Amino acid sequence: MKRILSALVAGATFGIGIAISGMGNPAKVLNFFDPLGTWDPSLAFVMGGALITAAIGYRIVFGARTQPVFDAKFHLPTSKAIDAKLIGGSALFGVGWGIAGFCPGGAIPALGFAPWPTALFLISMGGGILLARWLQALPRRQTA
Amino acid sequence: MITEFTPAASLFGGILIGLGAVILMAFNGRIAGMTAMLGGVLAPRDPDSPWRIAFLVGAILAPMLATLFGAGFAFASPTTGALLALGGVIVGVGVTYGSGCTSGHGVCGLARLSPRSLVATLTFMATTFVTVTLIRHGFGG
Repeated sequence: MKRILSALVAGATFGIGIAISGMGNPAKVLNFFDPLGTWDPSLAFVMGGALITAAIGYRIVFGARTQPVFDAKFHLPTSKAIDAKLIGGSALFGVGWGIAGFCPGGAIPALGFAPWPTALFLISMGGGILLARWLQALPRRQTA
Repeated sequence: MITEFTPAASLFGGILIGLGAVILMAFNGRIAGMTAMLGGVLAPRDPDSPWRIAFLVGAILAPMLATLFGAGFAFASPTTGALLALGGVIVGVGVTYGSGCTSGHGVCGLARLSPRSLVATLTFMATTFVTVTLIRHGFGG
């Protein structure tokens, strides 16, 4: 229960941050990537503010504690592989982001203040995630 | 479509995004990656599902409540519904294979100085730029 409450507070902080920053506004996000046209460099301030805060905050947390408040250990990603899957997936994500103007972290909070057409994007994205999981499971099924 | 340059609001919002990630690490010991959070909805039997869904609910409710109390957030989707859906499917496939998106790789991963996240972030920033440029200026525009 405690873990659920702290995740709720973390999510609320994250979500209001997205809304205030403009990261949940596709027109603004797309304009960041259009320096040849209607350029809006705001996104650099979003990413800069988030990154610096997280970098300093993580440093303080890892320096002060050997485990999180409500869990026995920090669950940090262990994969170090820089492979075709990482690069191909990220490249594809960028294509979709460039078409729609939404990334997952921008779209979820946008559902709270612009339900439509955000829901259309999120449902399609859910379909994409399920499609990718099904594709990833195929070779395993064939060899099993 | 022109949008207003908002350095102060964007910096403040960005700091809150980072703060949300730090809260989740301090209390739950977890990376605040939206791709992983969405996995909580799509795999409801996973033991991590409840707190992941709580994060998503908080992220939706906070701006929703803010608008009920009179806050306004600029929003415009310049694309058609068909392109929005197409982009959604591509994003979903991409973040699943790439194991993360702007929040997981671009904020949390870079903050941990992960080389994997640096490669992912540089890759998707580059392909987003190319895609937007081609759509807006490439096809006879």
